[in-house]
Amino acid sequence: MGLDGMEVIAIIVVIGLFIVVLKQFGIWEPLSLEDDDSTDSDLELSMVRHQPEGLEQLQAQTQFTRKELQSLYRGFKNECPSGLVDEETFKTIYSQFFPQGDATTYAHFLFNAFDMDRNGSIRFEDFVIGLSVLLRGSVTEKLRWAFNLYDINKDGYITKEEMLAIITSIYDMMGRYTLPSVRDDSPFEHVEKFFQKMDRNRDGVVTIDEFIETCQKDENIMASMQLFENVI
Amino acid sequence: MAAGVATWLPFARAAAVGWLPLAKKTMPKPPVDNTSRSDEILYVNVSGVRFQTWKNTLDRYPDTLLGSSEKEFFYNEDTQEYFFDRDPEMFRHILNFYRTGKLHYPRHECIQAFDEELAFYGIVPEIIGDCCMEEYRDRKKENQERLAEDTEANEASDAPLPPHSTSRERLWRAFENPHTSTMALVFYYVTGFFIAVSVIANVVETVPCRPPKGSVKDLPCGEKYQLAFFCMDTACVLIFTFEYLMRLFAAPSRCKFMRSVMSVIDVVAIMPYYIGLVMPENEDVSGAFVTLRVFRVFRIFKFSRHSQGLRILGYTLKSCASELGFLLFSLTMAIIIFATVMFYAEKGTKGSTFTSIPASFWYTIVTMTTLGLVKLDSVLQKHWSQVYHQNFIRLKVRLARIRMAKKGTTNAFLQYKEDRDRDSDSTALCVKNRSAFEHQHHHLLHCLEKTTNHEFTDEMNYSELCMTESVGFRTSRSTSLSSQQGAQNNSTGCCPRRARRRAAMRLANSTVSVSRGSVQELDTLHIKTTSIPPQTRSSLNAQADDLKLNCGEQDFTAAIISIPTPPANTPDESLPPSPAPIPGILRNTRATAYTHDTVKISSL
Repeated sequence: MGLDGMEVIAIIVVIGLFIVVLKQFGIWEPLSLEDDDSTDSDLELSMVRHQPEGLEQLQAQTQFTRKELQSLYRGFKNECPSGLVDEETFKTIYSQFFPQGDATTYAHFLFNAFDMDRNGSIRFEDFVIGLSVLLRGSVTEKLRWAFNLYDINKDGYITKEEMLAIITSIYDMMGRYTLPSVRDDSPFEHVEKFFQKMDRNRDGVVTIDEFIETCQKDENIMASMQLFENVI
Repeated sequence: MAAGVATWLPFARAAAVGWLPLAKKTMPKPPVDNTSRSDEILYVNVSGVRFQTWKNTLDRYPDTLLGSSEKEFFYNEDTQEYFFDRDPEMFRHILNFYRTGKLHYPRHECIQAFDEELAFYGIVPEIIGDCCMEEYRDRKKENQERLAEDTEANEASDAPLPPHSTSRERLWRAFENPHTSTMALVFYYVTGFFIAVSVIANVVETVPCRPPKGSVKDLPCGEKYQLAFFCMDTACVLIFTFEYLMRLFAAPSRCKFMRSVMSVIDVVAIMPYYIGLVMPENEDVSGAFVTLRVFRVFRIFKFSRHSQGLRILGYTLKSCASELGFLLFSLTMAIIIFATVMFYAEKGTKGSTFTSIPASFWYTIVTMTTLGLVKLDSVLQKHWSQVYHQNFIRLKVRLARIRMAKKGTTNAFLQYKEDRDRDSDSTALCVKNRSAFEHQHHHLLHCLEKTTNHEFTDEMNYSELCMTESVGFRTSRSTSLSSQQGAQNNSTGCCPRRARRRAAMRLANSTVSVSRGSVQELDTLHIKTTSIPPQTRSSLNAQADDLKLNCGEQDFTAAIISIPTPPANTPDESLPPSPAPIPGILRNTRATAYTHDTVKISSL
């Protein structure tokens, strides 16, 4: 054809651009072997199932009656047929209750509080044991649960940073449109108040004993602990 | 709300225990739940077919018939079951929706019957799952189009005319429904005949006839029998013109008629003749004139008045216009790309037919069509609609659904708060018909409000606040206050509006009317008080050691003088007595006005 060098280059460039455009539209994808592997691993993940312990064992571990456990499991199984709740699903579910704000951070902390064996997913046992503490447990147990929630790294101490993270996530759930507007230092002030109240020996951390002791002295907190008893 | 949310609500409420140690205010009382706790099996009899399901299953969707107390109307005491006199086949799908959370559309069912069942059971079609949504929409569109055609056909019915119709109306009806009178029928057939004659004449004109004596070259018949063809053309055009004018006269709405497709085709079909008549025998323009004669072929479209099938073809093309458009676009793109490549590839060679890019268009088009691109475009079309629906429509639908759900929840909660504010003492008596689920959810949101000591509001109120905020901020900027104090100004600047609203509600004073005016005074007072030397401010600060909002507050309390003070019926928080009388009074007022706001006063 008698092409010059420049023309060859130009043609190659045009063809290359054409291929790029096709790829952009997703019309032509280069074959790769990894695709098969990834689909296999997807299949594997969805086949992981978890069966809960027997009804009697759960009855022993929690304060729920047999019927309540049955009802709870039916609801749980309907939502999560695989028997496990992963963090993303949990965040999605929890966010539905707070449409105005962003509940994902708080849901993350909540997830860690429920997932006791820290394996990244909540099983039915975790779920029901957590619920049992929250709804049927003694005040001390509930306070212990709350402490466990605030103590992000589960080292037995609540630091100011941990508290700030928790409180910021709670304020996030309020969203933008609030009366009055949430100021940037609102969470910080809240943390300061909390520590002023709870941190007896002013060492900058709150231990479980300080926490339980202070809460037991506060009538408001003690009175409100009974609020959610008849949820189920 | 979305599927399964009702199942998780108890869990979300239980998790609210985590907020209790942090709460700034006392938590509200939970709603009274009188329903029985234990789950039971319900029997639903639909035209003889008995279904059984857990009560909880149906309670998942409290705003449908089966999930609310509306089903009690169908309860049969004798047989202890709920009886519905509806289609059991459809009910199966409805019940599966409750069980699985996804509503599926059965393909073999009639779309209208399905819609009616959904309407009966109180389920909105928007929640059909993504898997069946496309099919549902397509069928629905199809059905609507068919209905529209039916109504159109019904309108153009053979019903007898009203007795006192003018000749114009009769004429129009004769044109639209030719089989109503014999005259109309005759006219109909005559015009049809002449359309055919005209089209055939156009075609035959160009056929080469035997040359006349004394010439060797073949002539097209049009030039040989020029007079004959001209006469035929004239006759046809006369008939068409007459018909067009008659239609124009008879049309009930002339503008609408002139804009309609058929009228445009009529005009385009007869214009070339008239243009040719008035055109001078000029060599330059005759070329253009010849091109105009091409439009005579549009006469064939006049047949669509005579043939139902042609009209249907037109509708079909119109309905898939978007897909065709995309197809055309993609073909054009491919043509341009290939033509450009070919042109530049052949540029150097001598004697190449690709003298320019448009010249290589033709080559590309021919090659692509010969290679059976028709097959490709049918494949493209199928996948196009799938992909289009997948990426755009589904996404839009999903986003719209989410937005609607969020808005619905927010509005319901704000409504609940308004009701609560209005009758703060009475408990559950005057609430509107709200499901237990909603009550519990609102209680949860209320707990969150009390934890953070902020209240939810909607966008409207918030933007109103921003306006008043900006007013306050502008004045404070003139001072040398720190940004933090400025921010504090703003936040308390939000309050007067709310406080005034509360005052208006409680006292039925027209405090609200003062709002705009007092904002002005707020400005002036701001400027006045900020001129106070710092030490005075700090001395006031020393008094208010449990009040964090020092400077800003002080400025702000001065501004409240302008508001008519509501009577101090709300308990005053225990504040330390201040030296100067004026700030003291102001602080009182402030305290009564802002029972809901001040973080600082409450004991944590």
